[in-house]
Amino acid sequence: MSGKAFVFGDNIDTDMLAPGLYMKFGIEDIARHCLEAVDPTFATTVRAGDFVVGGDNFGMGSSREQAPQALRHLGVAAVIARSFAGLFFRNAVNLGLAPLVCADIDKIAAGDMLAVDAARGTIENRTTGKALRCEALPAHLLAMLNDGGLIPHLEKKLKAAKQ
Amino acid sequence: MLGSTLAEKIVANAAGQTRVAPGDIVTCGVDLAMMHDSGGPRRVKPMLERLGVGVWDPAKIVLVSDHYVPAVDGESAAILDLTRKWAADNAIANFHDMQGICHVVLPERGHLKPGMFCVGGDSHSPTGGAFGAYMFGIGATEMAGVLATGEIWLRTPRTHRIELGGRLGAGLCAKDVMLHLCRKIGMSTIRYDAVEYAGAAIAGLGMEERMVLSNMSAELGAQTGLIAPDATTASFLRNANPSAAAPDIARWQSDADATYAATWHVDCDALAPQIAAPHSPENSDAAELHRGTKIDQCYIGACTGAKLSDLHMAANILKGRKVASGTRLLVAPASQRMTAAAAADGTLAVLLEAGAILLPTGCGACAGYGAGVLAQGEVCLSSTARNFKGRMGHRESKVYLGSPYAVAAAAVAGHIVDPRDMLQ
Repeated sequence: MSGKAFVFGDNIDTDMLAPGLYMKFGIEDIARHCLEAVDPTFATTVRAGDFVVGGDNFGMGSSREQAPQALRHLGVAAVIARSFAGLFFRNAVNLGLAPLVCADIDKIAAGDMLAVDAARGTIENRTTGKALRCEALPAHLLAMLNDGGLIPHLEKKLKAAKQ
Repeated sequence: MLGSTLAEKIVANAAGQTRVAPGDIVTCGVDLAMMHDSGGPRRVKPMLERLGVGVWDPAKIVLVSDHYVPAVDGESAAILDLTRKWAADNAIANFHDMQGICHVVLPERGHLKPGMFCVGGDSHSPTGGAFGAYMFGIGATEMAGVLATGEIWLRTPRTHRIELGGRLGAGLCAKDVMLHLCRKIGMSTIRYDAVEYAGAAIAGLGMEERMVLSNMSAELGAQTGLIAPDATTASFLRNANPSAAAPDIARWQSDADATYAATWHVDCDALAPQIAAPHSPENSDAAELHRGTKIDQCYIGACTGAKLSDLHMAANILKGRKVASGTRLLVAPASQRMTAAAAADGTLAVLLEAGAILLPTGCGACAGYGAGVLAQGEVCLSSTARNFKGRMGHRESKVYLGSPYAVAAAAVAGHIVDPRDMLQ
């Protein structure tokens, strides 16, 4: 995975990612307003393969999985943060969006080009030339991410059980 | 061998093991799965259809409509219609339609008991921890997985023990404790560990107040917020479901030699009424420091702050007084039964005579879904749990958080005050 970094601060919450006012609509409408409270241009400038970088406690708040789903809908390849809210972390994996814990997010600036290998836990900042580490995901979560999330993962398991 | 915390005992039981240690990744059997209209059927139905499976056990599912009630437009009407049809198609006997907010309806209807391992499709699901149940929030995709299999994976959490010492004074309540803890501990310290509340002050709290502690464990970033059962728990459960077997109180306690990640202390005797300033619950401090802040809308609502005991707190302040001109007070009780109880004991009459606007029971404006959302630049003081930017309406509105006492007192004054000034 390689793309541009969109950098945000600590405590990016689920109301910023999926505002309550639009929750009754489908993901297209919610995604259009994703993060507008902190960056009104985000949804129109982010491109497929880009990365969202956050500080502490990324995704705090609601259980609404439209938060990671909106990012995925906009093409975000992975979220890199110093720490994640537990519920967002689970939701992201379930929807096939890799949540990567990285202690060195201060070495990523807005607009930097990154290359990320979630399985190996490496981030290459191609703008600065620095190599960064992120925490390796447990094997069962990597398997889920490789299948594209929990539902395709379960689908595969159910099919295998039938045979 | 060292003992186990209550959280570890429930996880071990659900995983079919004699004991678990923090960090162990286990698969747990789910005793109860709770969903609401927003994250429930409208989201899980297409996933279950894709998997080609039905629900694993309709008797273990509780469905509550609370987010889009009553319907106000085509979208909300369609969401509720889908919810009702799904409940009928899947033979969900425990469907509580427009009866109140899920976290309140669940114990009110006798669905919880100590030792249960439960998931809820809402982040305030730790509320069930007040009854000694390990309950936590999950997203809709994960809920679909639970509905299909009856199981969920878990990384066994460490437990943080929060000792509440002393006694809460007049005009203070569990909400003040939690706003204080959001500042003291912070919202990113607990990091999905379990929390257990203990200490002298717990014994003096009724179940509705204990629910506030467990509920706002979500704001501390905890996966769940447990309170070990006692005689108060048993008495509540007996009233909620007289035919159920008595809970095993002795079994569902932390061992004296259990290991905790940390122990935090709160001196309730020294606590002053708290207000959290925009845009985070951890921006909390003494209400006195915000005295004079003008409030456009006072809101008493949500699972956190509109139970019967919360309405009683508001009525204590509002009795014989009027809501100030230039502000408005909206009250959305947490359940239909609580609305009826407040009508029967005279509480509603006090609120209405003071000028409060009564709204239907439901999640309402708390998350910007229902009636009472804010306009650009408006300022709200709310008894709810969250004041993130834009949560209750326009992204340039501001939300302060406080106890029901503080909200009612601000409604009378037109601005924030220390509610103890107005206690009756």
